[in-house]
Amino acid sequence: MPALTVNGKVHQVTVDPRTPLLWVLRDTIGLTGTKYGCGVAQCGACTVHIDGVATRSCQVPLSQVTGNKKIVTVEGLATNGVLNKVQRAWLAQDVPQCGYCQSGMIMAAVALLKDKPKPTDADIDAAMTNICRCGTYQQVRAAIHEAAKA
Amino acid sequence: MTHHRSLRPAIRNVSRRAFLAGAGAGSLVLSVGLPAWSQEKKFAAAGMPNGLREDVKLFVAIADDGTVTVVCHRSEMGQGIRTSLPLVVADELEADWAKVKVAQAPGDETRFGNQDTDGSRSMRHHFMTLRRMGAAARAMLVQAAATGWGVPADQVEAVNHELVHRASNRKIGYGAVAKAAAALPVPASVKLKDPAQFRYIGKGQIGLIDGMDITTGRAGFGIDARRDGMLYAVVARPPVYGGKVASFDAAEAMKVKGVLKVVTLDSTPPPSEFGPLGGVAVVASNTWAAIKGREALKITWDNGGNAKYSSDSYKAMLEAAVRKPGKVVRDQGNVDAAMASAARRIEAEYYVPHLAHATIEPAAAVVQIRDGACEAWACVQSPEAAKVRLFKFLGIPADKVTVNVTLLGGGFGRKSKPDFVVEAGLLSKAMNGAPVKVTWTREDDLQNSPLHTVTMQRLEAGLDASGKVVAWRHRSAFPSILSLFAPNVKLPFAIELGMGLVNLPFDIPNIRAETPEAEAHARIGWFRAVANIQHAFAIQSFVTEIAQALGKDPKDYLLELIGPPRKINPTSVGDGWNHGEDPALYPIDTGRLRGVVEAVARGANWGRTLPKGRGLGIAAHYSFVSYLAVVAEVQADDRGGISVPRIDIAIDCGPQINPERIRSQLEGAVIMGMSNAMLSEITFKDGRVVQSNFDGYEVARMDSAPREVHVHLVPATDYTLPLGGVGEPGVPPVAPALANAIAAATGKRIRQLPMRRQLAG
Ligand code: FES
Ligand code: FES
Repeated sequence: MPALTVNGKVHQVTVDPRTPLLWVLRDTIGLTGTKYGCGVAQCGACTVHIDGVATRSCQVPLSQVTGNKKIVTVEGLATNGVLNKVQRAWLAQDVPQCGYCQSGMIMAAVALLKDKPKPTDADIDAAMTNICRCGTYQQVRAAIHEAAKA
Repeated sequence: MTHHRSLRPAIRNVSRRAFLAGAGAGSLVLSVGLPAWSQEKKFAAAGMPNGLREDVKLFVAIADDGTVTVVCHRSEMGQGIRTSLPLVVADELEADWAKVKVAQAPGDETRFGNQDTDGSRSMRHHFMTLRRMGAAARAMLVQAAATGWGVPADQVEAVNHELVHRASNRKIGYGAVAKAAAALPVPASVKLKDPAQFRYIGKGQIGLIDGMDITTGRAGFGIDARRDGMLYAVVARPPVYGGKVASFDAAEAMKVKGVLKVVTLDSTPPPSEFGPLGGVAVVASNTWAAIKGREALKITWDNGGNAKYSSDSYKAMLEAAVRKPGKVVRDQGNVDAAMASAARRIEAEYYVPHLAHATIEPAAAVVQIRDGACEAWACVQSPEAAKVRLFKFLGIPADKVTVNVTLLGGGFGRKSKPDFVVEAGLLSKAMNGAPVKVTWTREDDLQNSPLHTVTMQRLEAGLDASGKVVAWRHRSAFPSILSLFAPNVKLPFAIELGMGLVNLPFDIPNIRAETPEAEAHARIGWFRAVANIQHAFAIQSFVTEIAQALGKDPKDYLLELIGPPRKINPTSVGDGWNHGEDPALYPIDTGRLRGVVEAVARGANWGRTLPKGRGLGIAAHYSFVSYLAVVAEVQADDRGGISVPRIDIAIDCGPQINPERIRSQLEGAVIMGMSNAMLSEITFKDGRVVQSNFDGYEVARMDSAPREVHVHLVPATDYTLPLGGVGEPGVPPVAPALANAIAAATGKRIRQLPMRRQLAG
């Protein structure tokens, strides 16, 4: 039975191996923090980390991430109950409106800061291609800069 | 207030992981389908179906440990209402915010009063009731402590979650007297706080109550609801509005691993109101299997009467319509005579296409039927509307229908229509009551959701020799929202007319507004700011066009048209609706409209020298009884492409209860207004929506959004003044401000939305 490692926990899953990771996380494992927004790599709501790389999970079939791959979702960002600095900056800036896009935004921001600890506005524009229909972009930008200082 | 143990079981916090069962009670009020705003002559909350409840024992509970729980009976969709409602109660209650929780009410308007969360109404309608309930709970705590100490109540003060008797230096926490306080009668009258003593109201230092859940992925939206044994469904709906299934073959679909059943759903013929569109549903063990199963269906559709609807030909038809007179909906002075004798005439036509709400969380709901009762978990703006439709379509008595309200991943008017909840109900019934989650894919959302209407407008101005407008004719042709509720509708109704068409607050002697006929061929719904979107775009673009034609400053010319400060009775200009508010309390105050124009011009430093390729544009609009103005700054590049370095937006919405959320709503309105202005368009071909996902239906992203949004709040410290709306009115002035800025930067006047594809680069 294929094994999937999510947030350090191993799950045995039996669904069709072509099933996108997004739906395995949400429906099979019950980790609904990762969101569906488009299913075609357009919106970024489904962003997770696969071996540390921000990835749109609606585009990744289960068969590609079983075995040794380490998947982290928004539920697994905090370590030992301590929030990631991006999550802390998000709370300090009070970024969300409806909140639905924010898991994907946060996952993308964490990956950006790993690559570029002091991103410029242009870096942020290039990396943060997620859609926020509520329009929190200005707060997202401010929170990324704040997290970069932390 | 209630003591915590008596908190009724129906009130649970469904935004958390555990979507706990509720036991909604209450009798059914089956409305005829026309939404709330069709009622007349009762104003504000009292004019809404099922009115307003002010019952501290229902809305406020205090536990032994002092935890204060405030019931939120409005839907949270990003406007922050789950934070702002408790904040008001907590302030009057002198509660420590760290000890305040929110509980989401299920849909039950008999108990909670109107819960329909749209029209930018929540704070406007509930601020005073919330204050009074908070003050009543405070008085009851004070009385309980005073009785316990055997001292007069007027010697006891409530201070930050404690009752204090200074004379004897005694203190006691709220929790310790909560039980005694809850047993007291609710005082008949209460003393409200002096606003100088406010701790939270007007301060803007309180973070979102759901912030932690959102940033850690625990927040529960409709699409996240889970039940034991839950099945997953998607529906293939008729691609043309009014169509239905002619025949289908499910053999291949049934072969997809995980697919359990294929179910036909009846179509609701137009006018379909909130009824489901029907089609063929695939029920499976997970969403992906349902989607793959749906792809394998072979369906022949009977497309019905709208199969010829195409945006190109419809636009041409609307264009022809606005070039002829329409029904006169406002007639002041003598426009024909004034136009004939004018020294100069200016005319222009403006087009605003269909828009999709495209809430980032698409419509989704879970319904389960057990023991003759039905329970739903859904992202609905109006849980009562969902409840009534579940009754109607499932035949389950309303007192056996519970609608739990989850968080909404955006609403914008889409989630006012509970068609998707009914689908889940019908499918649960088809699966012997098993919990079924219906998820709309993004393709479903764009191709089958109700849409913002499509509008052509023609504006004509007659000017005298000095450049003053002496005649104004405005024709607006668009299919009406009313077509969703009634057959053969060809004209807009009062609400749409009162959204910027008849209630034009300009100081012009001769004004005529007309509505040529337009028929609907798609589901027309309300979209954040509704008909204000198209009316503000046309009127406010036209103002700058006239100013530019005369070589005048657009801001000065806008102020000239608004004229001197005065209070216009909306009924005097043919607006009998006035956003549901009492015209005596809410006249159109041109002084306040001037005020936001001046505030935004100051904020944006209007009139400054700009680098090459830059332009500023201004627009103002009154809607949802608030006053808004926008200055957009655009930069044209060498290839004619446009970027937007900055937008300033000013609001006068009367007293500001939670300024942080006003700011975020306006930042969001700027982004949505910008999407509408520059990027987004739904078009039809052969009755079907052409766009299917965010590649075709574009919305603003980080790189195309303005780099800076500056929000200017016009201060109002008198908390007895009536409140204005906040969620919607920021949207309308954004598009015309951008069009005006582009004209200033490039000399190119764009009169059709979206603008980007009419620009190079
Ligand atoms: S759901 Fe994966 S990018 Fe939108
Ligand atoms: S916060 Fe609502 S979509 Fe981003």
